[in-house]
Amino acid sequence: MMSDLNSLTIAEAAAALDKGGCSAAELADASLAAAEAASGLNAFITLTPDIARERAAASDARRAKGAAMGPLDGVPVAIKDLFCTEGVPTTAASHILDGFVPPYESTVTRNLIDAGAVMIGKTNLDEFAMGSSNMTSYHGPVKNPWTGPGGEDLVPGGSSGGSATAVAARLCPASIGTDTGGSIRQPASLCGIVGLKPTYGRCSRWGIVAFASSLDQAGPFARTVEDAAILLGAMAGHDPKDSTSAPREVPDFRAAVTGGVKGLKVGIPREYTMDGMPAEIQALWDQGAQWLKGQGAEIREVSLPHTKYALPAYYIVAPAEASSNLARYDGVRYGLRVDGETLDDMYANTRGQGFGAEVRRRVLIGTYVLSAGYYDAYYVKAQKVRTRILEDFTRAFADVDVLLTPTAPNAAFPVGAKMDDPIAMYLNDVFTVPANLAGLPGISVPAGLDTDGLPLGLQLVGRPFDEETVLRAAQAIETAAGFAALPKYLGGQA
Amino acid sequence: MSLDKNDVRRVAFLARIRVDEDDLEPVARDLNNIIGWVEQLAEVDTDGVEPLTGVTGMTLKRRDDVVTDGGDPDKVLRNAPDRVGDFYAVPKVVE
Repeated sequence: MMSDLNSLTIAEAAAALDKGGCSAAELADASLAAAEAASGLNAFITLTPDIARERAAASDARRAKGAAMGPLDGVPVAIKDLFCTEGVPTTAASHILDGFVPPYESTVTRNLIDAGAVMIGKTNLDEFAMGSSNMTSYHGPVKNPWTGPGGEDLVPGGSSGGSATAVAARLCPASIGTDTGGSIRQPASLCGIVGLKPTYGRCSRWGIVAFASSLDQAGPFARTVEDAAILLGAMAGHDPKDSTSAPREVPDFRAAVTGGVKGLKVGIPREYTMDGMPAEIQALWDQGAQWLKGQGAEIREVSLPHTKYALPAYYIVAPAEASSNLARYDGVRYGLRVDGETLDDMYANTRGQGFGAEVRRRVLIGTYVLSAGYYDAYYVKAQKVRTRILEDFTRAFADVDVLLTPTAPNAAFPVGAKMDDPIAMYLNDVFTVPANLAGLPGISVPAGLDTDGLPLGLQLVGRPFDEETVLRAAQAIETAAGFAALPKYLGGQA
Repeated sequence: MSLDKNDVRRVAFLARIRVDEDDLEPVARDLNNIIGWVEQLAEVDTDGVEPLTGVTGMTLKRRDDVVTDGGDPDKVLRNAPDRVGDFYAVPKVVE
């Protein structure tokens, strides 16, 4: 069931609510109806109609008293099922969290509640956010609302695949995800929407099921850059409960969007030209530089010489941190327990059956690279390479204000592809991982279609805590690209 | 460096993940593919480079060591697969 309300952006919905054109209750009902009708996309693990209607009613009551709180008050949002939500099952798309109902609310989702946002449900993802296709979910794959040239089902990317599909299929105007190596930007690119990973420390990690703690960061999905800015403004802020959360004021991100790019120095990192990258991605990237130049930006080539080592360094650091973080799933305090004769048997049975293949793979790799005799050769080496990667960016940002790159080396691929070749799957994050290793803000903006009619995104990466520059460059790309194509699910791709 | 069956058995025990005897060989092959691929990091000159553990550059803040929350065992234990009174229950560890 689609209604006109489903096509509203956050900014449009806020304006309609302000003018009395619709109520929060109507917006919530339209979202819930669309989400229920879209069950075949498998974007949601849990829908929360009762919570949605209750929060929408509270929002309408506030507005009636003239006490509406801002542009998100009454707007439906979907939450990646990696954020703990009080009283609502939180699965991380893993069998091992069966039955887990958090007794607390994550800081980011608490911030959204405090801004008046209306949660409509918890979205599907790769298990523990480990994947680039949403294929590793215990709750089954998510379908991209865009379909392949022969009508085949495509993945939405990952790990925040459900959150990306929910926005691309217009089940809700916006959603939130997390990005450890590209898990917001890559699915945004594959689904033709905007996805933003903030600077590490911008959003609190408290209450987010941890994957790799030095890399994880929460961020928004939306259909426009302005909407992403609005949502980020509500999510961000210092939190004493996360010791890595930055004690900084939250700027007016929405105001930054309209700043323009006149005089902005945009870097094109030459090492992002990859062998075997489709010509149309290179062409779109060149086009993106022209768009920015046309609006007054200055384009400069820069060098990030250690780019090719970012992905292998990530595949040591992230599994190492994951093996440590996931040690907590022991069958004792929450979730699945598979009995065994001894306590060790119980642990091994619970974790052997509770974790899927990709999670087991990464925990084993992480355990190996941290184990006695291998720690220096792998883990410390990867951390030193990480320093080199950060130095590359620091040097580049002495010359330029923002970097422009493709978001992903390919468009959406068929459901089930690349599953027998982990490294081929990992390569989907080749352009996004460096920003995580260096803690930098990055955004993917839909910029065009490939020859199969599938969306492609361009990525902008900025200096630490300079999301404002990233957003105004992204707005310039959005304006020039004028991306208006619709997925098959919404009647497009004729 | 490459892993054999015994390495996988050892790592699986350290990680407390059950890997059946028949699966040790295929898991070793799978992990070796990835380990072989990450070993390209050896090409990078990292002499005199400090390892990067985090990007914030912040020193951790100290706070007073006081209780600010708690006192609700039912809430804490509500998700437990098995409990006895106010305790988590596990298989017998000591005879």
